[in-house]
Amino acid sequence: MILTNLEQVPGKTIVEHYGLVQGSTIRAKHVGRDIMAGFKNIVGGELKGYTELLSESRDEAIRRMMEQATAAGANAVVNVRFSTASITQGAAEILAYGTAVKVQ
Amino acid sequence: MEFIIAFGLIILAFFTGRYAENSHYKSIRAREQKLNAVPAVSARSFPIEAPVEHSELVYGSVVVSVDYFKRVLMAFRQIFGGEIKSYAPLLDRGRREALLRMKEAAPDADIFVNCRLETSSIANSNRQNSLSCVEIIAYGTAIRYKK
Repeated sequence: MILTNLEQVPGKTIVEHYGLVQGSTIRAKHVGRDIMAGFKNIVGGELKGYTELLSESRDEAIRRMMEQATAAGANAVVNVRFSTASITQGAAEILAYGTAVKVQ
Repeated sequence: MEFIIAFGLIILAFFTGRYAENSHYKSIRAREQKLNAVPAVSARSFPIEAPVEHSELVYGSVVVSVDYFKRVLMAFRQIFGGEIKSYAPLLDRGRREALLRMKEAAPDADIFVNCRLETSSIANSNRQNSLSCVEIIAYGTAIRYKK
């Protein structure tokens, strides 16, 4: 599966379009990480726990998007976009979407 | 008593925040020097037209928070209004770090095209003041040319 955020796959031609595919996940932070983050909020700097959590979620969202694309019979997803929305306090939705295509 | 604790935290945060910022900038500058040879462009078209061997989507993300001292400064700033200078380095650091992580995700790439940067504030569950941690994500397509 080829993923790209360009409109076509470089070096290949698109032979068929399958429409929009998407994958999303909603994650909550857990207490242990929250305590560490609370401490980090005083001293400043990177919140490694949250960075990890969000990048795991993003991988999961991408994986779900790829599953949907595979089910449609595609072998690539072009024009991929990411978006993050904090829904309620302490939870975030991560969304990945793109256009499923077949390339040669 | 509460006042003393708060004051102590502000002093502590001033030093730790400054230390964290300086050491982070040092590491950012060192890594940027190494990766500057590989350009990251926001254009969709290719600056160099050549046969492409491999392309893949890469991203890098980082969650950064501002220290307590700067948040207190921010509270004062909200009385008078104006630019919040103390927050600018936070976002600058985050953005440069995210871009570096994106580049590090594809070490053998020749160019990164269609790079996008996105910022979202992650609400803190136990505080009202929500812009204290921010997630920054950089993503783009890593291209390797045929040699």
